[in-house]
Amino acid sequence: MTTLEFTNVTKIYNVRGSGQIKALDDVSFTLESRKTIGLVGQSGSGKSTIAKILTQLEVPTRGEVLLDGAPIRRSGKGLRRYRQQLRMVFQDPFASLNPYHSIRHHIERPLRLDKVVPRDQVDDEVRRLLDRVRLDPDAILERRPHELSGGQRQRVAIARALASRPALLVADEPVSMLDVSIRLGVLNLLADLQREEGLGMLYITHDLATARHFSDEILVLNQGRVVERGPADDVILHPKDPYTRELRAASPDPEEFFRTASAQAAASTHSLGGMR
Amino acid sequence: MDTPVTQKTFFSQLKASMAMFSNRKSAAGLIILGIFTLVAIAAPLIAPYDPKAQNLDETLQPPSFAHLMGTTHIGEDIFSQIVYGTRGVLVVGFLATIMATVVAIVVGVTAGYLRGWKSESLSALSNVFLVIPGLPLMIIIASQFQNPPLAVIAAVLGLTGWAWGARVLRAQTMSLRNRDFIQAARANGEPLHRIILVEMLPNLMAIIASSFVGTMTAAVLGLTTLAYIGVIPVSNLNWGTILFWAQQNSAFPYYWWWYVPAGLCIALVGVALALINFGIDEYVNPRLRSAGERARAMKKKGLDVNDAVTAVRTAETRESQA
Amino acid sequence: MSTGTSTTQPPAGPVSPEAAASDPVDPTLVGTTATAAERRGIRVPWRFIGGRVAFYLFTAWAAITINFFLPRMMKGDAVDAYMARSQGQLQPEAEKALRALFGLDTSVPLWQQYLDYWGMLLHGDLGVSISTGMAPVGDAIASALPWTLGLVGVATIISFAVGTGLGAVIGWRRGGRLDALVPITTFMGTVPYFWLGLIFIAVFSTLLGWFPAGHAYELGVEPGWNMAFIGEVISHAALPVITIVIASVGGWVLGMRNMMLTVLDEDYITVAQAKGMPNRRVIWRYAARNAVLPQIQSFALALGFIVGGTIVMEMVFSYPGIGLLLLSATNAKDFALMQGIFLVLVLAVLVANILADIAYAILDPRTRQTEA
Repeated sequence: MTTLEFTNVTKIYNVRGSGQIKALDDVSFTLESRKTIGLVGQSGSGKSTIAKILTQLEVPTRGEVLLDGAPIRRSGKGLRRYRQQLRMVFQDPFASLNPYHSIRHHIERPLRLDKVVPRDQVDDEVRRLLDRVRLDPDAILERRPHELSGGQRQRVAIARALASRPALLVADEPVSMLDVSIRLGVLNLLADLQREEGLGMLYITHDLATARHFSDEILVLNQGRVVERGPADDVILHPKDPYTRELRAASPDPEEFFRTASAQAAASTHSLGGMR
Repeated sequence: MDTPVTQKTFFSQLKASMAMFSNRKSAAGLIILGIFTLVAIAAPLIAPYDPKAQNLDETLQPPSFAHLMGTTHIGEDIFSQIVYGTRGVLVVGFLATIMATVVAIVVGVTAGYLRGWKSESLSALSNVFLVIPGLPLMIIIASQFQNPPLAVIAAVLGLTGWAWGARVLRAQTMSLRNRDFIQAARANGEPLHRIILVEMLPNLMAIIASSFVGTMTAAVLGLTTLAYIGVIPVSNLNWGTILFWAQQNSAFPYYWWWYVPAGLCIALVGVALALINFGIDEYVNPRLRSAGERARAMKKKGLDVNDAVTAVRTAETRESQA
Repeated sequence: MSTGTSTTQPPAGPVSPEAAASDPVDPTLVGTTATAAERRGIRVPWRFIGGRVAFYLFTAWAAITINFFLPRMMKGDAVDAYMARSQGQLQPEAEKALRALFGLDTSVPLWQQYLDYWGMLLHGDLGVSISTGMAPVGDAIASALPWTLGLVGVATIISFAVGTGLGAVIGWRRGGRLDALVPITTFMGTVPYFWLGLIFIAVFSTLLGWFPAGHAYELGVEPGWNMAFIGEVISHAALPVITIVIASVGGWVLGMRNMMLTVLDEDYITVAQAKGMPNRRVIWRYAARNAVLPQIQSFALALGFIVGGTIVMEMVFSYPGIGLLLLSATNAKDFALMQGIFLVLVLAVLVANILADIAYAILDPRTRQTEA
């Protein structure tokens, strides 16, 4: 059981000439194995900043991040261990893979760096990982990213993230740049993997519906502050914060649409009789 | 265990990157350059005479079978001089370009990858060398030496030529650095040298190739100009020295065989390099490649690519035009 | 459907006082970062220009420092021979200045020499030139500089104008017959400047007699603002200018054509044409105006190349400018003159760069924008 505590983190950026931007304001949450947290917010709400801090691309201005109770290290063996435990799946499936290298290279590198398996088993492990993300190794291994579809690339990115057998996974809008028709497939894959591997997952998204579907707990982020948190169903069905209510109202609801559409159709057939 | 797998990918990647040289323009340029290289390597076999061999009975002869490009004022065979001069041009040219490109890569990629004052100061350094006019600097430095060896001449040429490549590479590295796959590599814990060499460098290949070609053009021109001015001692024979002797001995305008071939050779090398660069340009920017073809194809159908109005064609119009 | 303002979310960006006071809130003011478009004349991008000037000052300092160290890095014999040659002919003060210039007084510590060097420069003292009869270096340069400036200036302006215009037209008529001009002009650019000049002299001057073969004016004609002299200057400058233009126009044509192709693919060009704008306006006021911006930037960078080419051109045509001066100084191993010329050249290039930057700042509204 691995726990990551994001405690009272504030992040302030200094912008040359225009002062400061507070990207995060006193944000706290806890990632645990076997649990998914959904982080919901619009563009500019601070979601990506949280992802950057988690992958140590940024440093909190205030507050701290604890892995299993100890502050995360920024160098040496502690950094190594942290990196092995927490991996990220990026938003843009094309940009997150090096266009020059084959898929085999992408999956092998973390295996070799973290010495996950002995050298002679690396090839087998690569194949196993691709199988787990439901890709055919023989068709994919020697290809380069531009020869794959968006969905395939994102599965490769997931396989790469799982290579080092992390305990925690951060998925930063993993399906936002995919065709709508394949989003569900990739999300279901993530959910299955999380269940099978017992991962703790942070699912960052702007889409309320999928957040509700896949998360145990939801955090709503607005301009850097957590305005609402709670079990997924509670937050979505009974939102307390006005911002959450607005978000929910902005999501198109198919049932609502058909209800109003049929009501309008009924109303217009009535007025047509008047021959306007 | 590392070698078999990565070697296979390396060579197949290398072949794929050679794609930038596979279009017609690049191929033509490479062929021309290849011919010159062969001439330089096989100079003793190709040149009929020793370039310094004087023949006072046959001075200032126009081209003939005995002397394909005529003779100088002391009977030296100009064709042999051109052939041997190819060595001087290509050896110094390549050497200077390799030096300049290596420096450009080191400075440019480092400046692009680092942040803050380190990056800014490296950038300022390369900008200084960009702004300072190259030829006067080369003249001053070269004239301080009495009889500089080849390597020194190449170094002086390289000194003025690295800044442009460094600047371009810095810009490209900076944009690469923020790409997700580099972030992913860092998050994976890749060591710095692998990030730069294995992840970034292959993506910079096209820019490096283009910079190499451009620098070589400048190096060849710079070398021949310095030789023509007389700043480089005449012991280093290249096409510029031939022009220097021609100028000194009043070859102009009548003894055209003395000065025309040398200049044409310089131009030909320049054309070859420019063609290679065109090829790389079109590979990198597909718009350039297809723009002319598209327009021509449209013209064949009777359409003007610049036309603001798109003609709508129905079955009747097509028949009436048939 | 969200209402105009929500109570939890304040409007992003500053809101003007009138809008805040009145009710209901103007929807165009909420959610934007600009409140009103202000037009207060040309906004000078001080930060941008200030940054550039700072860089040029740094470059000037670097060039001066290079100049300081050069004679000290070279083997002593060259400088010693120089001093020995000029021994009998120098005034004591001139000799002292030269010794300071070359760092021959090893008793003086290096940093002191550096400060003395700066002192000399700020007094305009660049040493004494042995190859022009012991005249102060500054004088020799001052008499040659105007010729070079005239030649370079005229040739560059013509080359830029012709090249950019031609490139714009070729880019517009892509796929047409004009496309053949691109490889032709590029080929003319690969030919070395000086060789082209030599050929031109041979053909147009010696053989055909259309133009004079060299110098700025015939010896014997009185320099001054009279028609005869000006006519002489023009006829003597014609061939060098034509050579420089022909050799350099290829680069402008190619660059402009490539930029035009990229710009013409942009959507705003399609919109302009769809609006019914005549093609002439589209090509010049929309496309070329945007395509020329990177050209101006590359202009500043090409200056070093232009200077180099002009120097050689002067040597070929015996044009009495800085280039010829540098050549004779090099042959005479007149180090003081050579270094003085180098310094003046660098400073001139820096000034030209500043002018190009100002032109770019005026033409590109984005530089003005980011200041706001």
